[in-house]
Amino acid sequence: MQIYLPIAEVSVNAFLLLGLGGMVGVLSGMFGVGGGFLMTPLLFFIGIPPAVAVATEANQIVASSFSGVLAHFKRKTVDLRMGTVLLIGGLIGAALGVAVFNYLKAQGQVDLLVKLSYVVFLGIIGALMFVESLNAIRKTRKGGRAGKRKKHNWIHGLPFKMRFRVSGLYISVIPPVLVGITVGILAAIMGVGGGFIMVPAMIYLLGMPTKVVVGTSLFQIIFVTAFTTMLHATTNYTVDIVLAVLLLVGGVIGAQIGTRIGVKMQAEQLRILLALLVLGVCGKLALDLLLQPAELYTLGTGGDH
Amino acid sequence: MRGSFRRILGAVALSLTLGLASAALPQEADGVEDQAAPAEQIVLGLSQAEVAITTNFNGSEILVYGAVKREQAIPEGPPLEVIITVAGPSRPVMVRRKERRFGIWVNTDAVEVDQAPSFYAVATSAPLNDILKRIEDLRYKISIPRAIRSVGAPMTISDSASFTDALIRIRSGSNLYQVVENGVVVDEQTLFRAAIRLPAALTEGDYVTRIFLTRGGEVVAQHSTSIDVRKVGLERWLFTLSRENALIYGLMSLAIAIAAGWGASAVFSLLRR
Repeated sequence: MQIYLPIAEVSVNAFLLLGLGGMVGVLSGMFGVGGGFLMTPLLFFIGIPPAVAVATEANQIVASSFSGVLAHFKRKTVDLRMGTVLLIGGLIGAALGVAVFNYLKAQGQVDLLVKLSYVVFLGIIGALMFVESLNAIRKTRKGGRAGKRKKHNWIHGLPFKMRFRVSGLYISVIPPVLVGITVGILAAIMGVGGGFIMVPAMIYLLGMPTKVVVGTSLFQIIFVTAFTTMLHATTNYTVDIVLAVLLLVGGVIGAQIGTRIGVKMQAEQLRILLALLVLGVCGKLALDLLLQPAELYTLGTGGDH
Repeated sequence: MRGSFRRILGAVALSLTLGLASAALPQEADGVEDQAAPAEQIVLGLSQAEVAITTNFNGSEILVYGAVKREQAIPEGPPLEVIITVAGPSRPVMVRRKERRFGIWVNTDAVEVDQAPSFYAVATSAPLNDILKRIEDLRYKISIPRAIRSVGAPMTISDSASFTDALIRIRSGSNLYQVVENGVVVDEQTLFRAAIRLPAALTEGDYVTRIFLTRGGEVVAQHSTSIDVRKVGLERWLFTLSRENALIYGLMSLAIAIAAGWGASAVFSLLRR
């Protein structure tokens, strides 16, 4: 069934969009990532104009994250205090990110920057997670306990300490705020929720337990992407509500299924799967940059400089 | 198709005898000719004068048909040929080219094309080069490269033509630019018709439809009208709201997102019980 999107001004198959939304929704629920880093490139691929894809994706992430976070609230796996601290950083970061984005847009190199940031960040995070999870699994197989993460590092020497009861942490607020800012900047530039960066940062940098990481990350993502949606809707007029509805109907259902799958799986397995997924997307984008494209020319809107 | 054309043919023939062209064909555009008393004039009809973009819009086909009205007998010499063009609204387009730098493909050179139609179709009754002289093409801007206006490339770019070629190649690939040679059927040097296929990815606006009659490569008569392409219903409402009340539109998008997220969560917890 073909459907004409009023803002994107293209006609697409409604079932294709529902399917894409559902697939990405499952992953989103399983790993606590918004799924934007998968969905945004997929939308480019089916012919949605990039500006519309990025803005609409932000709106869709609000829906799937909201659906996911409710399931986590019921299981009490959301650290509201940590989430709020991350959110403050996230909003500052998003505002900074939009400024950086507009500056690079004027330079005409924003596409390259977006792709390069994807490759670099997905590559580093994917590789780190993959190696770490493999080691953890190997230790468990040998009969020993999963390696205990270092409880004391330089992070514990910083001032402004705060107690995060749900996470069982007593650390300075500076690292979470910095993580929030970094994620906010990247989220605005790359047009994603930023969960795929925040989740590993929370596990490895802040030392949060894997169980609360997903819910807390979803909590923060809702607000940052809602903020981004409003920015896009009021300045660029690129949020396509019809596209968003189709994606989120599939997405919210998928997220519910994904959350339930995630509960049944072990943390190490979950992490190794996410690592493989991240590396896969990274590899695809890297190939796009390295191989000669079939069409060397691209069209963009003129007259806006 | 054949049958309906026969009926149109009959109607046109009848209306020409009666001299009541517009009364006989309600949807017909005005057949007024802008040249001073030419020997041959165009009487034109469109299967539809407007295209409504609805939610399930999946492209459209427009039938352009008409007749040549003349006071004298058919002139001697080269036969009558017909060229029909349909052009969507023109906008500036930035064309960028990738080059290999430090091992990766990056955008380097860019040329801005001042005005390029969002859609452009040329249908002809014979190969375009045979029925239209170059000088006439320059004057009336009929062929695709002429319909695109590109003033100046930056001094650093020597091959600016390859950028406009790329624009035409990319848009032709998605059926936004079409050349349909022999797409116009001409009967008895008097009646003509052509079907123009509009793709699903249309931009709103006035689609200028031009008809040229040529003899021996010279344009002997021309006529132009426009097809109104508009979003209607829900599409119209959402589009207008997003431009005029962006804040409300944004909040509405968020409200739908949150409601959908909550709804799915509630439904699933009911299912689990």
